[in-house]
Amino acid sequence: MTSIPLEYYLILSAFMFSVGVTGVLIRRNAIVVFMCIELMLNSANLTLVAFSSFLGNPIGQVFVFFVMTVAAAEAAVGLAIIIAIFRNKLSVNIDEINIFKW
Amino acid sequence: MPQSNTEYLQILPFILMGSGIVISVIIEMFYKKSEPVLGWFSVLLFITVGFVSLASINDSAVLFNNMIEVGGKPAIFNFIFTFGAAVMILSSMNYISKYGIYFGEFFIIVQSSVLGMMIMAGAKDLFMIFMGLELMSICFYVLAGLNRKKIQANEASMKYFLLGAFATGFIVYGIALMYGSSGTTSLPYIFENFSSLISNVLFVTGLGLFLIGFSFKIAAFPFHMWVPDVYQGSATTITGLMSTGGKTAAFSVLIIMLSAVFANNAANTFEPYFAGISVLSMLFGSIVAIAQDNLKRMLAYSSIAHAGYMVIGLAAGNQDSVAGIIFYLAAYTFMNLGAFGVLSIIEGKDDTLLDINSYAGLNSKSPILAAFMALFMFALAGIPPMAGFFGKYYVFIAAIKSDLTWLAIIGVLSSVISVYFYLRVVVYMYFKESTVNFSIEKNNTGLLAVVISGILILVFGIIPDTLLNVIISVLNF
Repeated sequence: MTSIPLEYYLILSAFMFSVGVTGVLIRRNAIVVFMCIELMLNSANLTLVAFSSFLGNPIGQVFVFFVMTVAAAEAAVGLAIIIAIFRNKLSVNIDEINIFKW
Repeated sequence: MPQSNTEYLQILPFILMGSGIVISVIIEMFYKKSEPVLGWFSVLLFITVGFVSLASINDSAVLFNNMIEVGGKPAIFNFIFTFGAAVMILSSMNYISKYGIYFGEFFIIVQSSVLGMMIMAGAKDLFMIFMGLELMSICFYVLAGLNRKKIQANEASMKYFLLGAFATGFIVYGIALMYGSSGTTSLPYIFENFSSLISNVLFVTGLGLFLIGFSFKIAAFPFHMWVPDVYQGSATTITGLMSTGGKTAAFSVLIIMLSAVFANNAANTFEPYFAGISVLSMLFGSIVAIAQDNLKRMLAYSSIAHAGYMVIGLAAGNQDSVAGIIFYLAAYTFMNLGAFGVLSIIEGKDDTLLDINSYAGLNSKSPILAAFMALFMFALAGIPPMAGFFGKYYVFIAAIKSDLTWLAIIGVLSSVISVYFYLRVVVYMYFKESTVNFSIEKNNTGLLAVVISGILILVFGIIPDTLLNVIISVLNF
């Protein structure tokens, strides 16, 4: 059985990363933006795992655990922030959160 | 496994900082009125860690299988972080009850963020850069929104969080590509093979994404959009820490990553990128700051401009410019913390008294505060006897040495523009009649913080050469 070449993983992860970046830039719901950020982190994880397996070197897989742990911490803080803003404004639409202007 | 037990002694600043955080958590749990205790404990902890780091400035070592560097350059950065944070805690002690965040957690989160900065400054591995960065950033997201009932703080914290996490995405993807093309995350190994890696498209893409991510963190122009809102919405003293410690830590990582580019003596591959963002940040920051009436927002735009001046040093890319950046960062940390300290003393409840009209006639209300505010404004503008001037001077001289004279000229022009809005504050304080009626609350610790920053700026300004030689002596490339 032939294995899937490395390029396939890289192209898929680059595509996921682009979807994440585009989502952050065009979506207006804070939760969806946050999901797109998670997509960016996961595309990096996919790259790390693919390289790790391709190079036969475990560092990448260990790094993925760190990224996942940090992403979990970030999610905890981020969702708390979004809840705090929802309690005050009853909305998580980024366009409506605009007190500051220059 | 460590090679020897002496490694534990050398990593003492980090151990002290970490155990200080744990002790603070315990104090917070068991004391009913933990806030004053924790405040003084944090100041003591920061000063101890700062001096312990400085003591090892001459014996630099890389510990734990090339994971972290202590002594040398990291020691100087640790000094900036810990003393900056100590000054910030002093000015926060009374301020946080005024702002409505009189919680013990405040001090613990500040300590954790400083630990993150220290890890970033000493990183010798992409792992450590990532972990330090996240430890610092997540603490900052929390600090920005600590007053969860206040809608401005909510907004600031959400904007900071979304854009900070966005930048983290770039950094992690960049790290993944760099790992893939070099097969390791260890920076000494990457630097050894740098000349062959720099022709690898994957590696250059990864490094580019990494640099873009950190451009967000230093608040340079195209990636600056979060800065004014976050700085205005967060508590004043916290803004002081974010604009100084956070920026310094991000610059320390950029210096670590780019030292290989600089050391290779090849053409600085990223020179056009850095020259571009520095010109844009300087001009954008200086010009937009003119239109600001809110002083916190004005200082936010000035922080973008200052990031631009420092990036000139990265574009120049020689040893002098790196030393210049470090000196500039030290000077900038204390002059900015001092300015935010004065702001936090004068600020009233609910974000009032932050506009420039409140500062009219400040000299008759409080001559000391007016004098120090004038000192910080002169320092930020870069008027000679103060430290800010020498920071800019060293960076510009280094740029001219690297044949980037045009960049230095734009830097000088932008400093001239910036003099307008800094001196406007001084003019309001000394030559205008007071229009807003308020009394300044007594705030001894806040005043102490302002005085300490003022003295440090004067000291840095009087003996800049000595300090610069110390910095150059620890730069090893």
